[in-house]
Amino acid sequence: MKYAYYPGCSAHSTARDMHESCLAVSKALGIELNEIKGWTCCGASSAHQTDRELAASLACANLLKARQMGMDMVVNCAACYNRSKVANYEIVNSVQMRQSVADSLGEPYDGSVPVRHFVEILLKDLGVAALRKKIVNPLTGLKAAAYYGCYLVRPPEATGFDDPENPTILERLIDVTGAEDVEWSGKVDCCGGMQNLTRTEITVRRSAAVIEMAQAAGAQCVVVACPMCQISLDVRQADMEKLLGKKYNMPVIYLTQLLGLALGISPEKLGFDKLMVSPAAVLKAARKPVRQNVKG
Amino acid sequence: MTTRITKQNTPGSLLKAVQEKADVNLGVCYQCRKCSIGCPVAGEIESPPSEIIRRLQLGAGDELLQTGLIWTCLSCETCYARCPNRINFAAVVDALKAIAVEKGVAKPEGDAPLFNRSFLNTVRSHGRAYDLKAIAMYKLGAGNLGQDMDKFPAMLKKGKIAILPPSGADKGKVKRIFEKAAKNKGAGR
Repeated sequence: MKYAYYPGCSAHSTARDMHESCLAVSKALGIELNEIKGWTCCGASSAHQTDRELAASLACANLLKARQMGMDMVVNCAACYNRSKVANYEIVNSVQMRQSVADSLGEPYDGSVPVRHFVEILLKDLGVAALRKKIVNPLTGLKAAAYYGCYLVRPPEATGFDDPENPTILERLIDVTGAEDVEWSGKVDCCGGMQNLTRTEITVRRSAAVIEMAQAAGAQCVVVACPMCQISLDVRQADMEKLLGKKYNMPVIYLTQLLGLALGISPEKLGFDKLMVSPAAVLKAARKPVRQNVKG
Repeated sequence: MTTRITKQNTPGSLLKAVQEKADVNLGVCYQCRKCSIGCPVAGEIESPPSEIIRRLQLGAGDELLQTGLIWTCLSCETCYARCPNRINFAAVVDALKAIAVEKGVAKPEGDAPLFNRSFLNTVRSHGRAYDLKAIAMYKLGAGNLGQDMDKFPAMLKKGKIAILPPSGADKGKVKRIFEKAAKNKGAGR
């Protein structure tokens, strides 16, 4: 299992926990991630709001590098995943876009490099049966809300990730860890992340709505696969509590962090120290079998 | 929220420019309003998505760019995902934003164009986003340097935001892409 790995800019800044846990989990599962040399920014939300051709060209620069490696491109950031998928989709469906991007990059690109999110390769390439064999520390008793947000599932014709209104990839992976996924209707709602710095109160209100729904469903943590969602729900939780006069204490962790714990990887190697809201409830569930061993 | 719309197919109509820029056909909208029902910020804006489409069809001009509505959008694409006629309304909003910036319309609440410029400037210089610099440039320009100061020390301590600029990117490629984009814009695209 070899892939071209695109970390994305947040991997070295706001989402080091996402990156570190992805690498640790890959190592434990024998997934070979080959970082794309010289990778560049996918353009994120600022490029597509400014200039469509610029956005597609920035994303395609990395897809061309992945093509040279002859492997599928694996992305763990849902936003980078989305921009790369949309670029492929636009290239395939618009001759004008294909020409414009070729002119911008100085070489042709046909939109054919497969872009996969890390959770997709866990479920579809490795599979539930193989994953279960590696679980040494089942997170029994932990209730988790699987949260997808926007970038993984929309637009469905470009991402093709899963059912856009009721995806279940994250739930199936949560199930592998031994934790229990809660039934809730907020999983593809928007956290408001794009306005995090520009219209902060909108983000705070949208994210609070998501946290409250997860809480009402009985979740002890929210599990994400997108750094924009993680930042909004985790870092902005103090602002939500201040604005709405409530206490949430809802840990917001990456799927790779949750899976890593179940694989027996130490929390330090999974970036748990980077979280703003204490992940105590999650770590308690992970420690349980160790305590039983000590007693026994 | 009722908006009075009068049919005025003036030369100032944005319909053609928006349809070309967003690569959409707004003529296929039959006002089912699924986009507006699913829109997470519909309650905060003057016209929800289906109404913006109707206003464009009826010849709306620069007044669409002057309201804050296009800058409240979260790009969540729920409108697009649920449209039975596959109208990419998120692309419509992006097109309106780009036109607003080109025409130099008054800066919107939150000044997202300033944020986008600050962010993309770091990408142009470093080949990758440099969050700390982008945020500082934006906050300086927007005059709200104080906001979030309570969070930065903890984020820096935890390594949740990088202090040093990114390195290792193929800067030449990114420089070329930005130069081509600037040239195309100059050519009226």
